[in-house]
Amino acid sequence: MVDAQGRPGGPATPAAPPPGDPAAGAGWVDAPPRMGFFTDTSVCIGCKACEVACKEWNGVPTSGLDLLGMSYDNTGALTANSWRHVAFVEQPRPAGHRGGSEPTEAPASGATEFLGMPAAGPPGRTGTAEGRSDFRWLMMSDVCKHCTQAGCLDVCPTGALFRTEFGTVVVQEDICNGCGYCVSACPYGVIDRRVDDGRVWKCTLCYDRIGAGLTPACAQACPTESIQYGPLDELRERAAARVATLHERGTPEARLYGHDPHDGVGGDGAFFLLLDEPEVYGLPPDPQVTTRDLPKMWQRAGVAALAMAAGAVVAFLGGRR
Amino acid sequence: MAEAHPVGFQWVMEARKRGAKVFHVDPRFTRTSASADVYLPIRAGTDIALLGGVINYILTNELDFREYVLAYTNAATIVSEDFVDAEDAEGLFSGFDPATGSYVQDSWQYAGHERDSGSGHTATARETAAGLRHESHGAPIAGQVERDETLQHPRCVYQILKRHFARYTPEMVQRVCGLPPEKFLELARAWTQNSGRERTGCLIYSVGWTQHSVGVQYIRTGAIIQLLLGNVGRPGGGVLALRGHASIQGSTDIPTLFNLLPGYLPMPHHAQHPTFDDWVNAIRHPGQKGFWGNARAYAASLLKAYWGEAATPDNDFCYGYLPRLTGDHGTYQQVLDMIDGKIRGYFLLGQNPAVGSAHGRAQRLGMANLEWLVVRDLFMIESATFWQRGPEVATGEIVPQECRTEVFFLPAASHVEKEGTFTQTQRLLQWREKAVDPPGDARSELWFFYHLGRRLREKLAGSPLPRDRALLDLAWDYPTHGPHDEPDAEAVLREINGYDIATGRPLAGFAEARDDGTTAVGCWIYAGVYADGVNQAARRRPGGEQDWVAAEWGWAWPANRRMLYNRASADPQGRPWSDRKRYVWWDESAGRWTGHDVPDFEVTKAPSYRPPPGASGPAALAGDDPFVMQADGKGWLYAPSGVLDGPLPTHYEPAESPVRNPLYGQQGNPTRKTYRHPVNSVNPSPPQEHSQVFPYVFTVSRLTEHHTAGGMSRTVAPLAELQPEMFVEVSPELATLAGLNHLGWAHLVSARAVIEAKVLVTDRLVPLRVDGRVIHQLWLPYHFGFEGLVTGDSANDLFGITLDPNVLIQESKIGTCDVRPGRRPTGAALGELVDDYRRRAGVTPGAVPPAVTPGVPIGPPGSGGDGEGNG
Amino acid sequence: MSPERPPVGERFRREMSGGRRGRGDAGLTVPPAEFTSYYGRPILKPPVWTWEIAAYLFTGGLAAGSSLLAAGGQLTDRPAVRRAGRVAALAAITASAGLLVKDLGRPERFHHMLRVAKPTSPMSVGSWILAGYGSAAGVAAIAEAAPLLPERGPLRLARRALPPLGRAAGLAAALTAPALGTYTAVLLADTAVPSWHEAYPHLPLVFGGSALASGAAVGLIAVPPAQAGPARRMAVAGAALELYGAHQVETRLGLLGEPYRTGRAGRLLRAGRTLTAAGVAGAVLAGRNRTVAALSGAALLAASLATRFGVFHAGVVSARDPRYTVLPQRERLARRRAAEAPDG
Repeated sequence: MVDAQGRPGGPATPAAPPPGDPAAGAGWVDAPPRMGFFTDTSVCIGCKACEVACKEWNGVPTSGLDLLGMSYDNTGALTANSWRHVAFVEQPRPAGHRGGSEPTEAPASGATEFLGMPAAGPPGRTGTAEGRSDFRWLMMSDVCKHCTQAGCLDVCPTGALFRTEFGTVVVQEDICNGCGYCVSACPYGVIDRRVDDGRVWKCTLCYDRIGAGLTPACAQACPTESIQYGPLDELRERAAARVATLHERGTPEARLYGHDPHDGVGGDGAFFLLLDEPEVYGLPPDPQVTTRDLPKMWQRAGVAALAMAAGAVVAFLGGRR
Repeated sequence: MAEAHPVGFQWVMEARKRGAKVFHVDPRFTRTSASADVYLPIRAGTDIALLGGVINYILTNELDFREYVLAYTNAATIVSEDFVDAEDAEGLFSGFDPATGSYVQDSWQYAGHERDSGSGHTATARETAAGLRHESHGAPIAGQVERDETLQHPRCVYQILKRHFARYTPEMVQRVCGLPPEKFLELARAWTQNSGRERTGCLIYSVGWTQHSVGVQYIRTGAIIQLLLGNVGRPGGGVLALRGHASIQGSTDIPTLFNLLPGYLPMPHHAQHPTFDDWVNAIRHPGQKGFWGNARAYAASLLKAYWGEAATPDNDFCYGYLPRLTGDHGTYQQVLDMIDGKIRGYFLLGQNPAVGSAHGRAQRLGMANLEWLVVRDLFMIESATFWQRGPEVATGEIVPQECRTEVFFLPAASHVEKEGTFTQTQRLLQWREKAVDPPGDARSELWFFYHLGRRLREKLAGSPLPRDRALLDLAWDYPTHGPHDEPDAEAVLREINGYDIATGRPLAGFAEARDDGTTAVGCWIYAGVYADGVNQAARRRPGGEQDWVAAEWGWAWPANRRMLYNRASADPQGRPWSDRKRYVWWDESAGRWTGHDVPDFEVTKAPSYRPPPGASGPAALAGDDPFVMQADGKGWLYAPSGVLDGPLPTHYEPAESPVRNPLYGQQGNPTRKTYRHPVNSVNPSPPQEHSQVFPYVFTVSRLTEHHTAGGMSRTVAPLAELQPEMFVEVSPELATLAGLNHLGWAHLVSARAVIEAKVLVTDRLVPLRVDGRVIHQLWLPYHFGFEGLVTGDSANDLFGITLDPNVLIQESKIGTCDVRPGRRPTGAALGELVDDYRRRAGVTPGAVPPAVTPGVPIGPPGSGGDGEGNG
Repeated sequence: MSPERPPVGERFRREMSGGRRGRGDAGLTVPPAEFTSYYGRPILKPPVWTWEIAAYLFTGGLAAGSSLLAAGGQLTDRPAVRRAGRVAALAAITASAGLLVKDLGRPERFHHMLRVAKPTSPMSVGSWILAGYGSAAGVAAIAEAAPLLPERGPLRLARRALPPLGRAAGLAAALTAPALGTYTAVLLADTAVPSWHEAYPHLPLVFGGSALASGAAVGLIAVPPAQAGPARRMAVAGAALELYGAHQVETRLGLLGEPYRTGRAGRLLRAGRTLTAAGVAGAVLAGRNRTVAALSGAALLAASLATRFGVFHAGVVSARDPRYTVLPQRERLARRRAAEAPDG
């Protein structure tokens, strides 16, 4: 198993953690159940209360006053200054929306790719106005995934990123020296360096609140329970039931994302119910933790290092002139 | 609803999770549409046509809940033979008086009652927005009425209704609203199939329905459907108004309105109500049925609360101190009076008219012509800085150095920095605690008014002038606490609740109010909120610990009743209509009404009770008359009085429309309130010429991210950044037509103003095919102004001033405009552009289009037309 | 709008316009994107690393190559080679440290790098390599100053002790040098940046070869041609490794090789290849001419610099365009689904 290799482990626990229990893997003894988010985008109304609640509670600075023209998304992405980000996607309904075709065969967009920038033309061209009544507006509150195998945590050279007893991944702001490695290591593009501060910031799953038995600010503020917080096992069960219900009710395109402990990051601590392909929301379709390949990388580096040494030796021994 | 009421929308989502089907009707695809099962794009301002179509669908297919309709509505009542329907007169009802632009209602009355309609002429009623009084009770009706229980009589309400809406067919709905018939039928089917004995449906509307020149009639149309389907007074039914802010319900109950006193007592009119008895009798209508018989006790107790010991039965409880109405003192008349120099000072609290009110330029010009202006707000808002930074400064219309208005800006405490109650749309009072101290000099409104009154009284102390007695005699003695002498909010709530003056005991309910000066009640409908000396509004027993009606959460007026007219949840014999929908019922063995809620009925009046001849007041209501505040105890499908623009809703085009009314010769609401003032102009509509100069329809509303005029959101970084710029949403088709680019600039022109905005091209707006034409609609948020972290032109600047006749609410949800690419001109060129448009459209400032469309025949005003109008 | 910070949108659009470049290029290995992105926005965060890191890739490699050169000189008794190598190594490693510290968001916290030793973090491993190598290379270079010390007085002892210390340190530096020269490839590859990560089998060869060639360049420039024979051979060896590796990177990665071939990265890598060829040719054919040797050395240094910047930019481009994130992942998913599908 990949878990055995390249896991951070903490100094004391080189052994492989049990799957899905990253806190124990990080050396926590008698850790509480792993906590996480289930974000059900099928009931998100795009109110952005999560964004505001997060900023208020965590004292996150403003992310800038700029109209992006990306539907109602003026946040743009998860950044050091936006730990929740509500994505807005305007699109025609996927063919077979009410029908019941295979979800994987109902990619919503098919026809067009809107690149969405100024003067590039209006979003989501769909031809005639008449054909536009079957239209949908997807909204999705994105957040740090708190991966089981977290690339950011693995590559952090200072130990600023750590695994909490709740299985979440948190940056210690007094340790981080802003090397930026985690930024490139995150397969979801979540963690980010704050320009005027130099350190990296991201969702902490409100470590201070959940430690005190409270619900994270975003989930607390969500009016429609699109953001649900709780023990991950429970959330996964709830999510599976919700998908089944949606399928029953004629929404075959509903699918879970990040729920599978066998995916490329060992499953997300914050997973989602989506109504379209992940990339439509700006999510990678098949993320993998980069450190999964690290042993092979060192191997290749070792070969190259030997070649380098050999080259030098040959250069000096290869001739007498 | 998701857009402007996301927290309340959680219950819609909850219902959807349980399988409810949600329909959303809106000119543009919003966050609500995104969460709805069916979205119906509609031409703005055509809701009566759509809902009239539903009424026609119900009546044509006989899908009404017949037992309910027959017993609980006035469907069987016979209407006067003098009545001429709009259907037969090109859109005008009988009784129109062109001299005052209002109706004489005599011919609308029930048969045999033509002479006792009270005022008859509605001109004064319109001046004073009298329709607002009916928030808590119906309009007067006297005596017994003729009925036809078979509903076959040609002049019974049912048949009149049927004829009136016969032309509102699915095809006509398509012609007027731009809605395909199959979509319309899907809506009509779902609505009717989910109503009746076993099921109920609820109708939710927001401010977008009220801000029209026919706003009251929109809601009337919805109410007619709900009555026909038996969805009123029953659990899961109703017509729910979502208010525009927290406690707007509270601010009509204890009003911030010129024409009302607390508890919907009308403000006295100088000519109509010279004495206390005149005033009280005008409220209680001696001899009439219903629950207003005790108005004298409410009025006397209110005056006792105002003037305490000074108010005695001998001096009519200081009735003489009450200010009097002399005509229209509504906000728009006030603004025009300011421009004309008739008003010297103005208090502005929790309001930002420079951005939030229609015709922003008029608002700003008016405020710039005062001697003093007091603004209390959380932040420095546009209405406090218009003299220095407003758009009129750029055009030279306001010169800061010369502006005569002295502005006093007083920082206000926010809702978390003070305690008190909010009253929400369900009439539920909920107490809030203070969370933090207000910063700096910020103070609560309570503090401000208490200390303002205290200081004024100190300055006037010893004054011999009679005019100062009203202030000096006030009972102004609230306990205070803290370093700033903050008045005790609970003491105020206790006074609102009312108390026995001799013992100080808080009243248990409004039935304990007396007209002999022994009780003082600040707002009679709130009596009981402080019963037993307990702040009932502060109750917070969790829903899980009580039944589903949750009567122990907060307190609802009246009498902690959670649903009005709940007698209608039982059949005429007092049995629940169905087990599923049981709510309040007659317990035969106990001989009383019982159920989940406080019965909205005399608890021991049996369903079989019939009033003796000549009875009046509550005793005149039968045991199966559930609408106890209505004079005949019935739900009114047809309103013989009380609604000034017609007994039945009728589709009129908005005051500004590119479309000729497809239903009637009459184009707009003939009784709409207009003002002939040089600052005000109206874009031409068909059949006037040049309507094509302003070819597009625009509508404005809110974004989730901002709050109304932006004073509480554009000033706060985490909110401001979420919608950082003023924008206009257009369809791709209109963008192509007008040459607009995504994220480029556009400017919009009306006969009042030109504003600019960034362009968002989106499929969420769809051009509609209406009567063979393509109608393009634009949408704008109205949150932006020139102060705050994010700024932009104000959408409300585009509107002119045209009001609904019943309640004097402005038509600020729809207007016509032109849209052009690029930024707007600045300085003098800006005025020239508007002038040029006016010239091309043939608009003369101050001229108002004729109320009655030329060519529409006007009948005689009616026999009662002795013209009380001040025309 | 806060004046001190550019608005997010500007930042996004800048990243966007970077990502768009090359979209219209002919010769794509795959047809233009057939997926819906989120407004064309990158899925990944482009590296926050700036030119300092690209420059460090070069200086680190230069140090590693120089230390190997120095050790060769030391062991084969070529003092000029040894001296040049040791001095160049110290200079390069000093510059490296400076560049690395400068690139930190919080430079004053550079020492936090040595708080922990984490095998899963190539940067942590690199920090320790750098610490070890840096001390050794430093001592070795300082030892070269021994002849300048006074023969009498308190420093006399140092003058005597330094040369043996330097010899030991020089060997230690040479032993760690290959690690220093190749770990940087793992540093880049151990990221989610598509074109870096997928290149992990080949990048170490490119970087190792480039390091070797730049070390050789030091010899060509600073050492009399008579003693520079090994440097010329080292240049050939390094160039061979580098060119082989680069060829693999550009041709074996499918879509993810595209950023290495196109745009600014493509131009830099082509320039690097040309300069490498020129440098090697010059060294081999006319290396005995001091001027030609020096020019060849300069060409090799420039080549190494261009290659490092080219690789760096290719990664940044691949992170900025969601195509490079989505399409390979979609293919991988499709392969996995096909494999999982029941037979028959």
